[in-house]
Amino acid sequence: MSERDAILAGLRAALPYGTPPVLDFSVMEEKRWNPCERTARLRRCMAAVKTEFLDAGPLDWPQAVVDLVLREGLDNLLFGPHTSEGRQLAAAWPAQGPRLIAYDHPVESFKQELFTGVAAGFTTTLGGIAETGGLLLTPGPLEPRLLSLVPPVHLALLRADRIFDTLFQAFRELGWNQSLPNNALVISGPSKTADIEQTLAYGVHGPKRLIVVLVG
Amino acid sequence: MSIEPSSLEIDFLASSTLALADPQLRRNFRRAMDGLMAKRAACFPDPAEWTRTQALGAAIRAKNLLILPELLERLERNLTKNGITVHWAGTVDQANQTVLELLQARGAKALVKGKSMVSEEMGLNHFLAAHGIEALESDLGEYIIQLDGEMPSHIIMPAIHKNKDQIARLFSERIKHAKYTEEVDELTAMARAVLRQKFLDADAGLSGVNFAVAETGTLCLVENEGNGRMSTHVPRLHIALMGLEKVVERLEEVAPLYSLLTRSATGQAISTYLNLISGPRGGGEQDGPREVHLVILDNGRSRIYQDPELRTTLACIRCGACMNHCPVYTRIGGHAYQAVYPGPIGSILTPQVEGVGLRHELPHASSLCGACEEVCPVKIPITHLLIRLRRESSHSRPGGTVLGAGTARSGLEDLAWAMWGWVLGHPGAYRISSWCATRFGRLLPAGLPLLAAWTRTRSKPLPGRRSLQERARAKGVPHV
Amino acid sequence: MAAPHREPVVREVYFYATCLVDLFFPDAGMAGIDLLQAAGVRVILPRGQTCCGQPAFNCGYWEQARTVALSQIALFPRDLPVVLPSGSCAGMMKTQYPELFHGRPEEAAVKALAGRVFELTQFLVDQLDLKLEDLGQPVKVTLHSSCHAQREQGVLDQPKALLRQLRNVELVELERERECCGFGGAFSVREPGLAAAMACDKAEDARRTGAELVLSTDGGCLMNIGGTLDRLGPGPATRHIAQFLWERTHVH
Repeated sequence: MSERDAILAGLRAALPYGTPPVLDFSVMEEKRWNPCERTARLRRCMAAVKTEFLDAGPLDWPQAVVDLVLREGLDNLLFGPHTSEGRQLAAAWPAQGPRLIAYDHPVESFKQELFTGVAAGFTTTLGGIAETGGLLLTPGPLEPRLLSLVPPVHLALLRADRIFDTLFQAFRELGWNQSLPNNALVISGPSKTADIEQTLAYGVHGPKRLIVVLVG
Repeated sequence: MSIEPSSLEIDFLASSTLALADPQLRRNFRRAMDGLMAKRAACFPDPAEWTRTQALGAAIRAKNLLILPELLERLERNLTKNGITVHWAGTVDQANQTVLELLQARGAKALVKGKSMVSEEMGLNHFLAAHGIEALESDLGEYIIQLDGEMPSHIIMPAIHKNKDQIARLFSERIKHAKYTEEVDELTAMARAVLRQKFLDADAGLSGVNFAVAETGTLCLVENEGNGRMSTHVPRLHIALMGLEKVVERLEEVAPLYSLLTRSATGQAISTYLNLISGPRGGGEQDGPREVHLVILDNGRSRIYQDPELRTTLACIRCGACMNHCPVYTRIGGHAYQAVYPGPIGSILTPQVEGVGLRHELPHASSLCGACEEVCPVKIPITHLLIRLRRESSHSRPGGTVLGAGTARSGLEDLAWAMWGWVLGHPGAYRISSWCATRFGRLLPAGLPLLAAWTRTRSKPLPGRRSLQERARAKGVPHV
Repeated sequence: MAAPHREPVVREVYFYATCLVDLFFPDAGMAGIDLLQAAGVRVILPRGQTCCGQPAFNCGYWEQARTVALSQIALFPRDLPVVLPSGSCAGMMKTQYPELFHGRPEEAAVKALAGRVFELTQFLVDQLDLKLEDLGQPVKVTLHSSCHAQREQGVLDQPKALLRQLRNVELVELERERECCGFGGAFSVREPGLAAAMACDKAEDARRTGAELVLSTDGGCLMNIGGTLDRLGPGPATRHIAQFLWERTHVH
């Protein structure tokens, strides 16, 4: 008998016990806010864990990103060139100055540079979470997984009208129970730890800075 | 570093006595637990929201445990469909062997670890080291204790027993080119720099699993540092380890459990990252591991599953709130338990996995105050299970499924309770005893066996001159 | 015109001494009975009381616990409330007895009893809505709510509600009010080091409040805290809440 069969048989040998409890999700479903409140809540929760916000409009956000990169003295920005937002960003990018690097080839071809030479990464997001703060991402072919993880600065584009009340609601509305990509992600701030005397320190293994480009 | 309890002499009395006598340890833990309790309380300001969410969490875990075998099969099917290979291990030896074979077959020499308590159960690092494979911890707390060759003292914050200067000294001694600093930001930056290269160079990454979702074939990982994502996305091979009880049926069930977990564990409304893995690199992705494997570990869980009452032990979502609120754990810390899982959850889990006779001291090391149960997000009836395991340690019965049941039976204790039962079951005998107690009890020498334990730190309790029943009868209080 | 005089509703209750109160705190037990009688309740103290069985139950010796429990359950044949000057014993009868007899022929009878078990302050407040008038001198007290009283019986506010009625009594809360004092019955002698550490912390907490008296609903906690305080030098005395309430509200 295989390990698998032995374990399953062992579990099945237990006599059935009890009727399945009814799951009442109302405490999750009741958490609702209006659009203004959602944005305000997300901002407050994420700012409390050192997330930075850059407000921009639907047309001028690429320029706002460019300005930020220049202002912060970032050497370069890694991005996914094949999304429509990526194309908009590329269109607004200045000819001189910091490099806009496309992440559209296998990571093996530039791993060392990714880890040591990239100053910042730009991604879009699927939306946000109001209750606790948080961004929803689905890394994939267009925006690889390490784009929002390795560079010390992560710039994330969030549309205010895509903020969900709760993660529970986001799961439902995005239909993730039917179709999850290989990787899906919630990010609520720059990386942190409290492992040394319970003192909060930011910038551990993930990005040190998370800057949300909030498009109202 | 691993512990093999059967070969180690386990003496809880000795280890707890040592811990109680260590003022630094007591101070560290008191401060840490106070902080964690306050942070948790701040996340549950509304008692009704807590009660309802806790009830939902308990119901989700209970429902999933009821259909566990079927769920595991569904999980395996969907993981496999997603390109994740599933392995099953009945024992920790088998789990270690499985991981070793996966690594050896791919010529892997260096493994980087996200956090996994199951890997501690397995003693994986030790095992791999013996086979020439380096397993490097990347979670800051785990990294710290690995540098010092210690076991975790808490399931969420493994280095909670250490303070800043201890860590500063450790880093300056063990990390190449490191200078001595007690600045938390600088210490963190040192660890980041060391581990960055390790993520790059590692042949494989290892993680635990907080929740596995059967309907979608997904592994959910909760973390704050980013080392989990690094370990699972950078190396070409990702191995995930999971206890067989961690599976939930539907994705929507993860939301309340996740909320309960982060708030109960560290007093955060949400962790920095929630990572949902449903496949290796595929469909045109530029990064991610080429292979993802899940090892499902039993190690006594299916045995625990046999008993409908003890089965609730498996509802645990490993938040650590129980130990944060435990007056015993606060005073002795995690190492004193000499177990992978300390605190209240450890006191019910460890005896069931390792033998209830061998580990009978753990269920007894509790005043049954119930503080743990009060904060358990999935309503494990911990005090009830502690009493149940006390019983199992000294009583075996036909058809019982608890490992080592009855092996801690003591003839002396049997006799003591038989006598107790006789005196208290016979009102006449009790009357005589209480007459003696009230008339002569003050004369009892403080050095008698049980009395000595009491009088070491407390004055001798003095019986009244007459019992209440005598007084009431004399006063004419009616008896019918 | 004077307010109409209303006869108090004559209620009857059983009073269960509990072994610790019977032997070590008989004055407190008597005070509990006196308080109930003064409120117009007819108190019945059945003969043959011994112990609720909790020590054996907690240590896993359930056969012995059942034997003792059955002998005690037989003392309360009438459908009357059973009032106990102990949160821990009340908890045992209320929540543990049904478990102890689960699936057994006595289960129904035991459940019926469990439904009418009350800790004393719980009964005084929730059932009698007792009104108290303070006749004593100003005093500062602190209250240790035992774990069983709080968590099994849900008793926390009732003792405080009674104390708040006493205008010359200043109640100062312990810093760690909800933390266990380390008695836990057998725990106090089985794990003496741990229990002593917990008792010491509780005793120090009590001293720091500056209270003259430490009150509790539970005799075990009182013995533990009081015994520890004795060894620590000058500090507060301990008193069972029943005794304190009776002394404050009646001239002796």
